[in-house]
Amino acid sequence: MLKKEYTGLANINGPLIVVENIDDVAYDEMVQITTPNGEVKKGRVLQVSSNKAVVQVFEGSTGLNINETRVKFLKESMKVALSKDILGRVFNGVGEATDGGGQIYSENKFDINSNPINPYSRKYPRNYIQSGVSAIDGLMTLIRGQKLPIFSGNGLPHNQLAAQITRQAKLGKEDKKFAVVFVAMGIKHDEARYFINSFEESGVLQNVVMYVNLADDPSVERIIAPRVALTAAEYLAFEENMHILVVMTDMTSYSEALRELSSRRGEVPGRKGYPGYLYSDLASLYERAGMLKGREGSITQIPILTMPNDDITHPIPDLTGYITEGQIVLERDLFQRDVYPPINILPSLSRLMKDGIGSEYTREDHPDISSQLYASYSHVKEVKSLASVIGEDELSELDQKFLEFGSKFEKLFLDQDKDTNRDIEETLDLAWDLISDLPEHELDRVSEEMLDKYYRRKDEDGET
Amino acid sequence: MTKQGRITFINGPVVKAENMTGYIMRELVYVGEIKLVGEIIELDRDQATIQVYEETSGMKPGEPVFSTGHPLSVQLGPGIIGNIFDGIQRPLPFLEKKSGSFIKRGVKVNSLNPEKEWELKIKVEKGDYLKSGQLIAEIDETSVIVHKIMVPPDKEGEVIELVPDGRYSIEHIIAKIKDKEDNIYEIKLYQEWPIRKARPYEDRLELSEPLLTGQRVLDTFFPIAKGGTAAIPGGFGAGKTMTQHQLAKWSDADLIIYIGCGERGNEMTDVLEEFPELTDPETGKSMMERTVLIANTSNMPVSAREASIYTGITLGEYYRDMGYNIAIMADSTSRWAEALREISGRLEEMPAEEGFPAYLPTRLAEFYERAGYVKTLAGESEGSITLIGAVSPPGADFSEPVTQNTKRFVRCFWALDKSLAASRHFPAINWLDSYSEYLNELEPWFKKNVNQEWLDLRNSAMSLLKEESRLQDIVKLVGEDVLPDNQRLILEIARLIKIGFLQQSAFDNIDKYSDINKQYWILKVILHLYDQAQPLVKKNVPISQLKNNKLFNKLLRLKNTVPNEEIDKIKDFKNEISDFYQHLADNY
Repeated sequence: MLKKEYTGLANINGPLIVVENIDDVAYDEMVQITTPNGEVKKGRVLQVSSNKAVVQVFEGSTGLNINETRVKFLKESMKVALSKDILGRVFNGVGEATDGGGQIYSENKFDINSNPINPYSRKYPRNYIQSGVSAIDGLMTLIRGQKLPIFSGNGLPHNQLAAQITRQAKLGKEDKKFAVVFVAMGIKHDEARYFINSFEESGVLQNVVMYVNLADDPSVERIIAPRVALTAAEYLAFEENMHILVVMTDMTSYSEALRELSSRRGEVPGRKGYPGYLYSDLASLYERAGMLKGREGSITQIPILTMPNDDITHPIPDLTGYITEGQIVLERDLFQRDVYPPINILPSLSRLMKDGIGSEYTREDHPDISSQLYASYSHVKEVKSLASVIGEDELSELDQKFLEFGSKFEKLFLDQDKDTNRDIEETLDLAWDLISDLPEHELDRVSEEMLDKYYRRKDEDGET
Repeated sequence: MTKQGRITFINGPVVKAENMTGYIMRELVYVGEIKLVGEIIELDRDQATIQVYEETSGMKPGEPVFSTGHPLSVQLGPGIIGNIFDGIQRPLPFLEKKSGSFIKRGVKVNSLNPEKEWELKIKVEKGDYLKSGQLIAEIDETSVIVHKIMVPPDKEGEVIELVPDGRYSIEHIIAKIKDKEDNIYEIKLYQEWPIRKARPYEDRLELSEPLLTGQRVLDTFFPIAKGGTAAIPGGFGAGKTMTQHQLAKWSDADLIIYIGCGERGNEMTDVLEEFPELTDPETGKSMMERTVLIANTSNMPVSAREASIYTGITLGEYYRDMGYNIAIMADSTSRWAEALREISGRLEEMPAEEGFPAYLPTRLAEFYERAGYVKTLAGESEGSITLIGAVSPPGADFSEPVTQNTKRFVRCFWALDKSLAASRHFPAINWLDSYSEYLNELEPWFKKNVNQEWLDLRNSAMSLLKEESRLQDIVKLVGEDVLPDNQRLILEIARLIKIGFLQQSAFDNIDKYSDINKQYWILKVILHLYDQAQPLVKKNVPISQLKNNKLFNKLLRLKNTVPNEEIDKIKDFKNEISDFYQHLADNY
């Protein structure tokens, strides 16, 4: 088909350009833009009417001018070539290799905006992933095919935690078919290096595909990067039958890039200036996690986001929480008290956990003990706030026991080294150790049967 | 029809076209060469604005728009129950067959299977004069729902042709009727109805019967009537979907329509995998035999999300017209409101509060007013629609426009509380923020079917909880020990109510469904304990003596140790309590 080239633009506004007097241009089609000095950029049609198209330029519009810029419409939506050779490689936000290893050539080209998964074709995720982190495995178990974000704040160790999960994640026997797709959106150079080093040290680098858009790279590419990465993940999971863990960081930078573009287009803003479609847009990424009936592979997502000003009600964590299947919330207070990982368990949650734990998967006592830990720790918080008013000495004997339980829980259960890998048995045993410091009649979430079997009755209570 | 428009503008799901004279407002149209489903939402001279229900990638100005001549409608007939549809009533199992695990665009499928034959029993005779909505024939659609083939609401007449009993597919003409103006209408096993228009009924009736859900905090504290409306607002993680699933499983409605509107794909899969295995406590049959699912997950096209709510309620109204009690769960209406906002934004309409269009309250009112308890069109039976909408307020802030406007049009408000959820108190329904306006209307029913003093009991428990919250404010400042013993007793009783009654586990086999009589008796026993202990406090018996761990623990476990059929055990336990306190009093 003849691809017509147009010379001259009607308007340039940030990464957006307007081309007039066009013919036969489709919505969402790819565009090639040549600057007056011969540099070639890529772009995409955002809006089209009979004689005018609005195009988003990926690398930014620097160097374009009104009269000499040439624009060619490519007659296809954005596609990326994929093969198994992408494993171990590094790409930029639009899927071009940047590690000097040459581009990927393949017959298989995939549209980066894949069609939505038919809910009827999904397979409900049930197999747990052991992360080796007690707080996660015990209280917010990660399930294969789940999307479980880390809500963090600036300066908190979310990268360390994500790297630790990636290193330690154990998927059972099929470990060979496990790979990581890592997509960086607007992160700092140091952070990117940290991840690469961490993957290298643990020897998983050959099974990692990286899509990197750094903080000083064009922000429009940030909107493309996760789509390219997820398309690669879908290819590996559903064509090559692999189990894929997608680590996406930082969703806050992604959303900010979206806001920037939306404001350039003059759209009606929603909350805090983010576009009204932020929810649908985030969903179009997060909902690409999952498993399919009749296929081997799976896509598990761990998106990371830094909550502006540690505010969980900010639109980005808020909308994310409404889409993802739970969240892992990091807390500054715990971090300052040198607890790693500083996971505040009370607002944290894994929605899919209920179906992936218990006698068939982890251990029979898991549902009861995790529910009891939540309830008891929540009471600890109440006691703490009371103690801060009336002083610890004035607390009742029972409340003092709770207080003691709380600090042991933080020091022994939550806290662990960055390379400590506890298996699920160890985590659950530890939980019973701690909970047994509380009197039996305070444990209303645990069934009698489990109490008989796992509760360590103390002689001095005289209750045996 | 040869009318054909031409696309002039494309921006996501909003498409503009010219040469559209003669098209009607809200008409269903096919857009572009690949014929995507769309609906006309604005007409201006020969220009039309179309909302397209599928991705518009690759579409070009100049492509055609095809007319259908009728508004966006659903197909109403046998084969709806047990099925799962998308927002515009395309069955997802058929979409999978046609396009695989990912939904491709422009796929045409029938809403109802045109080949399947149904066993039909004719209920009228030739020569009968049938009114609108009157029964013609019956089909056993599932083992629990008899599907009634009715005269469409806009037609009536004398039966002039009729097939005998037998097996027929939905396209088969089973009867012809002739009205007074000699118009002849063909009756098939299905009819079509526009989703945005409420189906007519003869009369609206008063609400008098509760929709029992087996959930103690709802049935006893904030009951909803059959034909009523309720909203469940809550931030993420507070348990909206969990509560909606519990309602879908255990409500005593005849038919459940579950609309997953802009929510998670895995949640729909969960329902799809779990419901066929669950049995209805009343009929003993699989839950799927009384369930219809509508799924527009958050990654499916946003404009079909807007339509999914209407699709769901129209299906509900059709079964209501057969004389059934329908419960509709919409999860979540906020996503629907956001879909309105997104489309409104693309139309460049003037926004009102937080970017939502100014017509948001009107739309919400139209939606919730389609609930009700009615006498059906032909006056043959009564049916109802109960609407339960989840609301997802940003940042769990109930002052935002969707929650506030919803509150104006619903009469039950079940407020989910993040802090309760954080301490794993489920269902996390805050008893102080929630309300039900149906208490007085339902009181006679509870008096007759449960107990004369039901409302008194409920109110006493409620005032204890209220008093407890006041005392807790003091406790937070000075600690529990300084309170006088009668107030400490209130704290203990409130704890019993909270843990032993309000908390309910969805995963415990006994606890997940609590019969209304069992609910009454547990609460009765807790308050009985209060009555027994109170005089002892006056006699200066210390709290530590009154609070017997064994007795209290047994009380707390009544909910998950005593099955619904064995409430006599709870009554026996009441005597045990009396004995214990009698013994204590004797020794003082």
